Amino acid sequence: MAPTGAGKTLAGFLPSLVALSERGPQPLKPKGLHTLYVSPLKALAVDIARNLDAPIAEMALPVRVETRTGDTPAHKRTRQISRPPDILLTTPEQLALLIAHREAADFFSGLRCVILDELHALVTSKRGDLLSLALARLHRLSPGLAAVGLSATVREPDELRKYLVPQGPLPPPPAGGGGKNTPPMADLVTVSGGAKADLRMLDLGRALPISGHTAWHSMPAIYELIKEHRTTLVFVNTRLQAEYTFQELWRLNEDALPIAIHHGSLDAQQRRRVEAAMAAGQLRAIVCTATLDLGIDWGDVDLVVNVGAPKGASRIMQRIGRANHRMDEPSKAYLVPGNRFEMLECQAALDAVEEAAQDTPDARQGALDVLAQHVLGMACADAFDPLDLYDEIVSAVPYAGLTWESFEQVVDYVATGGYALRAYERFAKILRGPDGLWRVRDARTAQAYRMNVGTIVEAARVRVRLGRTLRGKPGTVLPKTGRVLGEIEDEFAETLTVGDTFLFAGETLRFEGLAEDECLVTRAPPGTDPAIPSYAGAKFPLSTFLAARVRALIADPFAWDRLPEQIGQYLLQQRRRSVLPGERDLLVETFPRAKRHYLTAFPFEGRLAHQTLGMLLTRRLERAGLRPLGFAANDYGIAIWSTRDVSERAAIDPDFIGDLFAVDMLGDDLEAWLDESAMMKRTFRQCAVIAGLIERHHPGQKKSGRQVTISTDLIYDVLRKHQPDHLLLRAARQDAATGLLDVRRLGMMLERIQGRITYRSLDRVSPLSVSVMLEIGRERVYGEGADEILAEAEAELLQEALS
Amino acid sequence: MAAGLRLEKTHKHPTLQLAGETLVLDLCGGLWLPEHRTLIVSDLHLEKGSSYAVRSGQFLPPYDTRETLACLHEAVVRHDPARVVALGDSFHDARGPERMEPGDRALVAALQEGRDWVWIAGNHDAAVSEGVGGRYADALTLGGLLLRHEPSAGGAPGEVAGHLHPCGKVAMRGRAVRRRCFVTDGSRLVMPAFGAYAGGLNVRDKAIEGLFPKGFTAHLMGDGRVFAIGRAQLARD
Repeated sequence: MAPTGAGKTLAGFLPSLVALSERGPQPLKPKGLHTLYVSPLKALAVDIARNLDAPIAEMALPVRVETRTGDTPAHKRTRQISRPPDILLTTPEQLALLIAHREAADFFSGLRCVILDELHALVTSKRGDLLSLALARLHRLSPGLAAVGLSATVREPDELRKYLVPQGPLPPPPAGGGGKNTPPMADLVTVSGGAKADLRMLDLGRALPISGHTAWHSMPAIYELIKEHRTTLVFVNTRLQAEYTFQELWRLNEDALPIAIHHGSLDAQQRRRVEAAMAAGQLRAIVCTATLDLGIDWGDVDLVVNVGAPKGASRIMQRIGRANHRMDEPSKAYLVPGNRFEMLECQAALDAVEEAAQDTPDARQGALDVLAQHVLGMACADAFDPLDLYDEIVSAVPYAGLTWESFEQVVDYVATGGYALRAYERFAKILRGPDGLWRVRDARTAQAYRMNVGTIVEAARVRVRLGRTLRGKPGTVLPKTGRVLGEIEDEFAETLTVGDTFLFAGETLRFEGLAEDECLVTRAPPGTDPAIPSYAGAKFPLSTFLAARVRALIADPFAWDRLPEQIGQYLLQQRRRSVLPGERDLLVETFPRAKRHYLTAFPFEGRLAHQTLGMLLTRRLERAGLRPLGFAANDYGIAIWSTRDVSERAAIDPDFIGDLFAVDMLGDDLEAWLDESAMMKRTFRQCAVIAGLIERHHPGQKKSGRQVTISTDLIYDVLRKHQPDHLLLRAARQDAATGLLDVRRLGMMLERIQGRITYRSLDRVSPLSVSVMLEIGRERVYGEGADEILAEAEAELLQEALS
Repeated sequence: MAAGLRLEKTHKHPTLQLAGETLVLDLCGGLWLPEHRTLIVSDLHLEKGSSYAVRSGQFLPPYDTRETLACLHEAVVRHDPARVVALGDSFHDARGPERMEPGDRALVAALQEGRDWVWIAGNHDAAVSEGVGGRYADALTLGGLLLRHEPSAGGAPGEVAGHLHPCGKVAMRGRAVRRRCFVTDGSRLVMPAFGAYAGGLNVRDKAIEGLFPKGFTAHLMGDGRVFAIGRAQLARD
């Protein structure tokens, strides 16, 4: 474990290089792979290969290094199996394919070392689950294998140490090992030191808005910083923010500095060009999203600017580490808050970085959909004995808690879908022979597995193509003439109507319609403001850790000295007009405004958890007859508005507010909401794809175009009704606990605030509440109130008929 | 948002006139003809789920037939029709009836009990639907109405057809709602698909718009009632 920039990657290879060079030239020695390196990014594997080649060539070591990624040609793949290199660099998905290969046992039998790079980033996702299962298989194929994890500094290093070595009763206890209660763990080497980061908050000395994330007021200052430095990385939280920042910087760019933009939706070629220009030192700044969070060496970056909320302490440290990729020089970075709350968050992050406090997420419980994919892969490799495979799987730490019953259900799912109605016995994908071993049905099934491996389920996307407007005939757009700008999610394209304007690829575009598989756009006239706020919210929720620190800052007036003066003033006003909540308390306010009644609450648990809370509170208020009309949420709080007055009810019934936030909210109400939640359906779709219920690609089928496949929404509805305990629904619920719905965090919050609610009934909106009120109309909430939209469209028809 | 939708009962299943006949657009996606005591449902696509196992080895939840029949059962209990017309593509493929679970088969038999049950031939199940009771027909005339699977190109007044699985999409203020719908111009009508796994075709597609040169109204099935939406408010996909 080492801070970013400490050079840990090359250090990881050192023992292997030493061992391989001491082995000497032994051309007759049986072929075999010695060291396997796994990286989350294909580009990183290629980058490392380049960096390894140099010292190997200089020292004339008899070592062959190769990469194996999705881009590796078929003939080379075949050759790599028959004549493996000494060191192979690859990705988790390619490793999954390798261990599912019929030759896997041979191929890996001589493996001495496996190196997992950026382990901290991998273990927090389903890719980490997949990798842990592959690692368990490697430990079995090559007993005595040394596993090395390379990680940035994390909060719980022990979790990573356990990840690397087999758990459970499988391995013999280490010689002289401690008590029975310590699980097996890898040794820990910590690289400490490194120059302390030179980190500060950008203070403009002027009042920031109460809401909004764009940080428009800071753009001139950011531009000046870019001018003063060699190369600047400008990190933002969302694609929209990237587009906005890029456009604003160019508006100011009188010196025509080479400033580029980089995010995951841009055309891949354009991204490669930006990366190449960056590596060549041709750029002065890149505006980028999380796509550049991980450790490709960007050369000469001497400043990092983070626009908007930091969201998490560890995330911000990673980003800062992108600057000055050298241990002995301090990384220089600025945090740029977009509003007053983000100022608090920036201060909390500064404090955390000062103390080197980490807030990396908790260890994962292995996902069942990933396990299903793995079990099919293992059947493709060879016939498996269920008892042996179970032992192997529970030796991977994410699956250490997997029960035998759950494992059997997964096997049943892989075989015939796992349905109570045994409809698919005769089509089973894996079959149990008389010898008790499970085998894959046929070559077609194995091929389908190989074509669908992996845990990254991209949202369906459509290409954005720039069309040309006919000058003679306004409104006529010539399709297929312009260039492709990139891709947007289907879901976003769905909501656009002709004439809508939005920001993309650094321009304001006008939506002209969907033509076949493409989203056709034209350039909007100069000066057009984009009308559709795509991706207004941040994708990352505020970390629990930073949230607690923000609450502590607010609760402690003595700490306000460290904050810019205006934020102290703002908090003072709040105390005068209402109250400031204690560190562990929940503040709830009610007030009337424009003939509506508002209720606001400030849990500070992140937008995802707040959206779920909003849905559930709306249901409760509805049942209490208070006629809620809608709600809005941000990272800090929620606002709900209704036709009837909540404070009247609270005056009659002192328990009303407490009951409203009672923990049992997560019972039936949550279940009922999950029934129809669009976010739950999206979560289910991902599980269905990973577990192979829906195949992304079929053997013998063209890859391009939208697949003519059955809607997973329809499948979800039917399955929920007829087999609510089905494996995939369990997998989706497990995801919902931490993913898009953040139910677990909501539950923790509700536990925390029981008996600790501070309620104020006010005559008018308080300074704190203004912040969340300003979100109203800005965020869209998915999946609710379909009938209201339809009723509105119907009213328009009626109006036409009457006029 | 989830405001209390206080619906008027009369709107839940709206009524309209077509070729002198009274048609009730049922929220379940069926068409109720009170004067003929006839319930019409279209494109049931029974056993669509199991067809995927046969063709591509994908094991979709095999409950779509049961779900579709349960919805049909609910409508039959509510209306107690003398006649039920399944307007074609009742089975997803010709082998569908063979794959049906005995329990589902019994459910169909129970629904047919004491009723005139007509399977209109569709393009998916032209050759069937043997062994599942009822009678078979290519088309059926009922008063001023002509019931057939595929809408005719010329457009006969009083034609009620299915086949196209119409869906309407309403997009407003950055949100979109897409629902199955009835489509009519007051002269002919296209019914929504009834099957649990049946997909949908946007009404703004040429295949549907072309049937109504003088414009149309789509009746979208909401959560609590059926909504009449004009062409101007309907978005393309």
